[in-house]
Amino acid sequence: MNGINVDINHLKKGEVNLGTSIMAVKFDGGVILGADSRTTTGAYIANRVTDKLTQVHGTVWCCRSGSAADTQAVADIVKYHLELYEAQHGAPPTTKIAASLFQELCYNNKDALTAGIICAGYDDKEKGAIYSIPIGGSIHKQEYAIAGSGSTFIYGYCNKNFKSNMTRDETVEFIKTSLSQAIKWDGSSGGVIRMVVLTASGVERLVFYPEDYVNA
Amino acid sequence: MNHGPYDWGRPSDDTYGAYNHQIAAANNSQFPKMNTQQPIVTGTSVIAVKYQDGIVLAADNLGSYGSLARFSDIERLLPVGDSTIVGISGDISDLQQIERILDDLQVQDSYDMEKPNLKPEHVHEYLSRVFYNRRSKMDPLWNSTIVAGLSSTNELVLKYADLLGVTYSSPAIATGFGAHLAIPLLRRKVETEEDASKLTEEEAVELVRNCMKVLFYRDARSIDKYSLAVISQSRKKIDIHKGLRCEDMKWEFAKHIRGYGAPQL
Repeated sequence: MNGINVDINHLKKGEVNLGTSIMAVKFDGGVILGADSRTTTGAYIANRVTDKLTQVHGTVWCCRSGSAADTQAVADIVKYHLELYEAQHGAPPTTKIAASLFQELCYNNKDALTAGIICAGYDDKEKGAIYSIPIGGSIHKQEYAIAGSGSTFIYGYCNKNFKSNMTRDETVEFIKTSLSQAIKWDGSSGGVIRMVVLTASGVERLVFYPEDYVNA
Repeated sequence: MNHGPYDWGRPSDDTYGAYNHQIAAANNSQFPKMNTQQPIVTGTSVIAVKYQDGIVLAADNLGSYGSLARFSDIERLLPVGDSTIVGISGDISDLQQIERILDDLQVQDSYDMEKPNLKPEHVHEYLSRVFYNRRSKMDPLWNSTIVAGLSSTNELVLKYADLLGVTYSSPAIATGFGAHLAIPLLRRKVETEEDASKLTEEEAVELVRNCMKVLFYRDARSIDKYSLAVISQSRKKIDIHKGLRCEDMKWEFAKHIRGYGAPQL
């Protein structure tokens, strides 16, 4: 055989997949993270009310896609390091630092992990910031980010409809409409749409049920 | 002179080159001809249950392309004549082929200008033979089907037939995910034929609608829009209700769930 042949076995036997549609969008007051709530094992919906928006510190959160186990493990480790950071530095970590920690873990363990993470947060230094860390462990700073199997269906829509410096309500509607379409077309995404708004005022959680978003 | 049989009536090799023996072997392959080896556009569960006056069937309107919810307008409950419904899951191109096969059956039934005689027991037997013979050629129609209807003696027929040629009968039948999730729910009400004879139409419809809701909750290859057919002995007819939606779904409890382990905002 020529070249290097590696078998990229996505999910280990019995492993649970965050099918997923996730996104994060920067707006004039900070960032908003959004996600669906479906976890699948093959075509079985293991959890229809999953919380894929995970806090790693104060106003630094992440959206998780890929293996549920891998992303939970990585997020727990990052959370630990950020807690230690604040204790040792006397100031909360920036979103950039959190993203860098995610990247280090995802890159150095790339053979063992299936994790697609969007790290987004609000800090006083950079205000809103979004970092995409896809499988492989590269890092990409973006104005908005979409990820997960459902995101493939909304690349065109998001590209055409994203605007910088939208208001909070405009951003909520943009995420709602985008994820509504992702959920419509992707069998691995569904359930409720969860959002987390991160601003100088702190953290605000939102939930939208199928009846609310199906016609968004 | 070359008198060998392979060279009778053939110009000499200088004209067209040596004889290409692969031509003769083209239709004579040692391997069976395989067409449908994997389903591409697919339909998920079909569920059916007997009740005191007939049968209720349901199937959603989705045609999936892998995980892509490609087509939302597929009708998978097919009426045959005025006495039978065939519900089909699995490959959609093969579903359409079965549609053509059933159409041919109905056309043939109309020959000789006698009154229509095609009944569910005939449809089921014919379909199951088609399925078995195709599987024996290693060229299956990749479907699981439920045939339901009123027989020539106005008795209830509810039977299953699939890509392997497997057939069986039961008061509650379901294909795909329904076999795992819906059958236990259906059997809570309808364990035996005797239970079925006590179930009212209202209860049967409610039972099936509840099963469709559970399947929408738990089957990642389903949508909430479906068709429901009621076959009634007393009315001697079939009603198909289209465009039904899953109702009374519970989602509000999701707002209280945060994180995945340790307490979280």
